[in-house]
Amino acid sequence: MAMRQGERVTLVQMGRGQSGIVVEVLGGKGLVRRLGALGIRPGKRVTKISSAFFRGPVTLRVDSAQLAIGFGMAGRIVVEVDKELPPSRGR
Amino acid sequence: MRILLMGNPNVGKSALFSRLTGTHIIAANYPGTTVEFTRGYLRWGEEHAEVIDVPGIYTLEPTTRAEEVAVEMLKAGDLVINVVDATNLERNLNLTLQLLERRVPVIVALNIWDDARHRGIDIDVARLEKLLEVPVVPTVGVTGEGVKELVRRLPEAAMHQESYATSDERWVRVGDIVSQVQSLSHRHHTWYEVLEDISNHPLGGVLIAVVVLLATFFAIRFIGESLINYVTAPLFEWLWTPLLMKLSLALGSGGFWHSILIGNLVDGRIDYFQSFGLLSTGLYIPLAAVLPYIIAFYLALGILEDVGYLPRLAVLLDTFMHRLGLHGYAIIPTILGLGCNVPAVMATRILESRRQRFIAATLISIGVPCAAMQAMIIGLVGQQGGEYVAMVYGSLFLSWVVVGLILNRTIKGFSPELLIEVPPYRLPPWRVIGEKLWLRVSGFIREALPIVLGAVLVVNVLYTLGAFDFVAGVTAPVVSGLLGLPREAVIALAVGFLRKDVAVGMLAPLALTPGQLVVSCTVLAMFFPCVATFVVLARELGWRDMLKASGIMVVAALVVGGLLNLLL
Repeated sequence: MAMRQGERVTLVQMGRGQSGIVVEVLGGKGLVRRLGALGIRPGKRVTKISSAFFRGPVTLRVDSAQLAIGFGMAGRIVVEVDKELPPSRGR
Repeated sequence: MRILLMGNPNVGKSALFSRLTGTHIIAANYPGTTVEFTRGYLRWGEEHAEVIDVPGIYTLEPTTRAEEVAVEMLKAGDLVINVVDATNLERNLNLTLQLLERRVPVIVALNIWDDARHRGIDIDVARLEKLLEVPVVPTVGVTGEGVKELVRRLPEAAMHQESYATSDERWVRVGDIVSQVQSLSHRHHTWYEVLEDISNHPLGGVLIAVVVLLATFFAIRFIGESLINYVTAPLFEWLWTPLLMKLSLALGSGGFWHSILIGNLVDGRIDYFQSFGLLSTGLYIPLAAVLPYIIAFYLALGILEDVGYLPRLAVLLDTFMHRLGLHGYAIIPTILGLGCNVPAVMATRILESRRQRFIAATLISIGVPCAAMQAMIIGLVGQQGGEYVAMVYGSLFLSWVVVGLILNRTIKGFSPELLIEVPPYRLPPWRVIGEKLWLRVSGFIREALPIVLGAVLVVNVLYTLGAFDFVAGVTAPVVSGLLGLPREAVIALAVGFLRKDVAVGMLAPLALTPGQLVVSCTVLAMFFPCVATFVVLARELGWRDMLKASGIMVVAALVVGGLLNLLL
């Protein structure tokens, strides 16, 4: 389900292969810090690689690192998705 | 002089540590391989400097318990080698800047340098050095490239206290440095990345997992079986048996020393599974029956670890593991448990909450038989037919799941979600795989062989003294009534506390039916951890939780054993 341009969605709602800029992490200080240390903080560009079946983890790329984030946590990361459609298999 | 190796998880600290100190430790391609501090020594001028491999951390503002411990460690260090993953400069430099805020000299090892070049990441080392005002040395931990240079420049490690008011301010500085030193060039998709793409795809990931796990299973089976049939069993038969037979004659084919050293002759011959002497079964179990499977298992595990497959399996199994009160990463200690439960219980430290660690450790002790025990189960139960081996494994797996479901509903506390870095696939050099295999196999021989011999000795002495008759009499209602086993089987269960492989071996002379073998092996696996695991459980969980876990094991073993007895 690709989102339209500039729309704010959570990582869970983002489409596979879609990129965007992290806007906000909805959570306590601990979560914000933990995700921040791994590179997920406002202003960072992330690309969603995949999500697993049955509310499984979301996999995404930040810089050259690949992270897997539990479904609930991924739902608290708000991303402003890119204008252009994602390239077919880009990274 | 105390040197700390610090850096993000999975940046190659342990490989570099081995290179620096010549002390070999287990390294693998997943975050959290190192859960304990390891010490080694390095020549520093005239004296020896202590080098400590600190578990990986993302930040000095601790967010997990492992990080708290690492930060604590920092206070006791005289010098920090900050190991930085060159392929992930930004995130790694954040920790570097935090380290530079402390009153400790720092030198940077820009590790995984080879991979960075392959990925088209170019880093201006001289410029980075100038900006950080500490030495920066490119290194490749797994091959040792750059390590000499790192050691040569250790004395140049510098302290330069710069501080940032907020973490945002620090991130800005990191971004500034990265933009000045790093340039990315386009390069082609490597076939690793194609594989990564496939295993990231939900369906592709499942297919790869099935293929990988089946291939691993058959490879272990094939290597283990071949080593036994063509190497260890013939060696014992041709070289050792004639010597033992001579000794047997010299001892007069009977008597106290004969029964201790050689054991009982079966039809006038030595039967390595049944004789149960120190020099017959005592040596045969660890060296001929178990060692081949230890080699096969750890070879396969080493490859899976270093290629970087295990975190992907963790992602795939995350949803399922949540039902057991865990998350996907708990699969790593579980898989380690198929080798030996001791490092497995220690590896539960990679889980965030106490609740998760308790559930994971309990489930490993109940449903995950170690390689030594599995080798004996395959050897002994396999003689009756593969379906019986499958019954043992099936019962253990089901127990693992059911106990997990129950614990998830009954244990209070919090189980956080999965948050891990998935490492890139890497093709490990065979030498590295070989060294790790040797480390684990020699560890098995050093640690297991004496305990196996001790267990056989104790069993023989107690038999001679008749001590078991009493125990067998007292426990007969449970062992015979509930589990349907001959009363002597209780001795095997008791010996399971020392070594589970010896315990399975003790079932051989009892002439059990296939059904009884399934019951006894399953109960033996679940009933109680061996003494080594017992000690580690107490250390990791505390005595109270360890006793709680043990209680769960006993109850689960008796319930499952009783049910199997009714069914078979």
